[in-house]
Amino acid sequence: MLSDTERRELEDAVKHYPDKRGATIDALLTIQRRRGWISDDTLLEIAQFLEITVEDVDSVATFYNLIFRKPVGRHVAFVCDSISCWIKGCEQVQEQINTLYNADLGQTSPDGRLTVLPIACLGQCERAPALMIDQDVYGDVTPEKIEQIVEKYK
Amino acid sequence: MERPLTQHIHPDGTTRTLREYVKTGGYRCLQRLSSGLAPKDLQRLVTDAGLRGRGGGGFLTGTKWSFVPMGADAPKPKYIVANGDEMEPGTFKDRVLMEGDPHGLVEGMILAGYAIDAEVGYIFLRGEYHLSAQRLTEAIAEAYAAGYLGKPLPGTGFRFDLHLHASAGRYICGEETALINALEGKRAVPRAKPPFPQTVGLWGKPTVVQNVETLYNVPHIVNQGSDWYHRLSRTQDGGTKIYGISGRVVNPGWWELPLGTTAREVLERYAGGMADGVRFRGLLPGGISTAFMTEEHLDLPLDFSSIPPEVGRLGTATMIVLDDHTCPVGFVLNLEKFFARESCGWCTPCREGLPWVVRILMSFEEGRATKDDLSLLEMHAKWLAPGHTFCGLAPGAMAPLQSALKYFHDDFEQHISTHGCPWSKKSSQQRILV
Repeated sequence: MLSDTERRELEDAVKHYPDKRGATIDALLTIQRRRGWISDDTLLEIAQFLEITVEDVDSVATFYNLIFRKPVGRHVAFVCDSISCWIKGCEQVQEQINTLYNADLGQTSPDGRLTVLPIACLGQCERAPALMIDQDVYGDVTPEKIEQIVEKYK
Repeated sequence: MERPLTQHIHPDGTTRTLREYVKTGGYRCLQRLSSGLAPKDLQRLVTDAGLRGRGGGGFLTGTKWSFVPMGADAPKPKYIVANGDEMEPGTFKDRVLMEGDPHGLVEGMILAGYAIDAEVGYIFLRGEYHLSAQRLTEAIAEAYAAGYLGKPLPGTGFRFDLHLHASAGRYICGEETALINALEGKRAVPRAKPPFPQTVGLWGKPTVVQNVETLYNVPHIVNQGSDWYHRLSRTQDGGTKIYGISGRVVNPGWWELPLGTTAREVLERYAGGMADGVRFRGLLPGGISTAFMTEEHLDLPLDFSSIPPEVGRLGTATMIVLDDHTCPVGFVLNLEKFFARESCGWCTPCREGLPWVVRILMSFEEGRATKDDLSLLEMHAKWLAPGHTFCGLAPGAMAPLQSALKYFHDDFEQHISTHGCPWSKKSSQQRILV
């Protein structure tokens, strides 16, 4: 069930749209921030709040890179693999993350600390390769810098 | 050289507050609305200035606005939407603006809203731009507190509300009708056109979707006029452009320059030329949905009118450079993987064709390709070209592929004759030597 805080946040979000359904992405992102991912039960709660079907909510939830329909680790590392980062060695960055934390693309490290996902161009092309952990963006990343960057995400 | 859009942006990456923005003339032109500049006058001013869409389309902004029904009988409410879904690989110009000077977008939105008599605006921002989201949220709150938003502008009766919509990351949302579906909370697949959004858009109401950089230009045109705006440019299209460059160059970055600056100037004068030990082979002039340009095209003015259609188009003007240490086939494979992954899946040619192209390109990289695969690539470049798909995603994906087949044909042939990628062999040999 939606908590009082979650309900209040959703009520604020729907104010921006003439139709409650407009707040579908806001609702998914808001609830995901609190619960970590979007379970089937969460979908139903959001659908009931927005007065649309579960399928409508799921058709949005499954569409976006930043909505997780499966549990993720305590932190999510997004490795930009678009062209400017590819030229500058994003594959080595991703391999180094795998070596250090034992999580290949799409996997979570065994200690539940880090989920690693590919991401479309992060718009940091002038300081490629780029990496985003949760909401923090890092540019000019090298395999040597990974350990120090990931250090603060316990 | 004037740089109206970026001259005040702090070099240290911090943002500009409302107080700073107002001090340098920000929100000043709203007084002109109060002193009698009618919406139609504003449309005409922007048309005369020759402002063209900076998202890559290059459509005349004033003309786009002129399609919106006006007057007492026009449907209400109307909407203006800033397209800040900047996900075109290699492109980072809107981020620079939104992070550095968020009030410029708020003011541009108020003016564009006024021009089409739209009472509500949305800034549609890609989900990964968290810093932009934070700064725009602050700027919108400041603008509400100062009375620029949410209250009638003195002497006009025009009241404008502005909301930030943070999306959740999907390339197709940059397509304006997919963006409209996304804003309505639906799965973001494109809509059929016509009807065009200017008459039937968000929730069925007249809607203009405009790129972020385009909107930043509007206050300056109102303040300084269309003649001044034309003088900023070197060509018939008005204004400056944020040019960017990434890849193996000495100094990757962005610069606001007169529209019509050449790729050679950006590459050599501003980016300091190619990085040590690598040679130039080609570049994509503006994101990955544009065709390759090579040495012979470097002196073409980069604007919306000077690049011949058979060469390509400007796109977003943020270039990506291909160097001789990077495999052109691998480069194109990376682009096509992006397009295949980001295809929304709505129409069959795009959903099925792009993964097929990826598989063929992989066969080149893995040494399994034959002459037939070259023909297959040519076939896709033809059948996924404009006119065969529901929207522009797949045709955009074919622009770099088709031009790569033309300019780097020998490299494709070499992958066939040597049964593999010469670049990966080179690098593995280097690894052994080390």
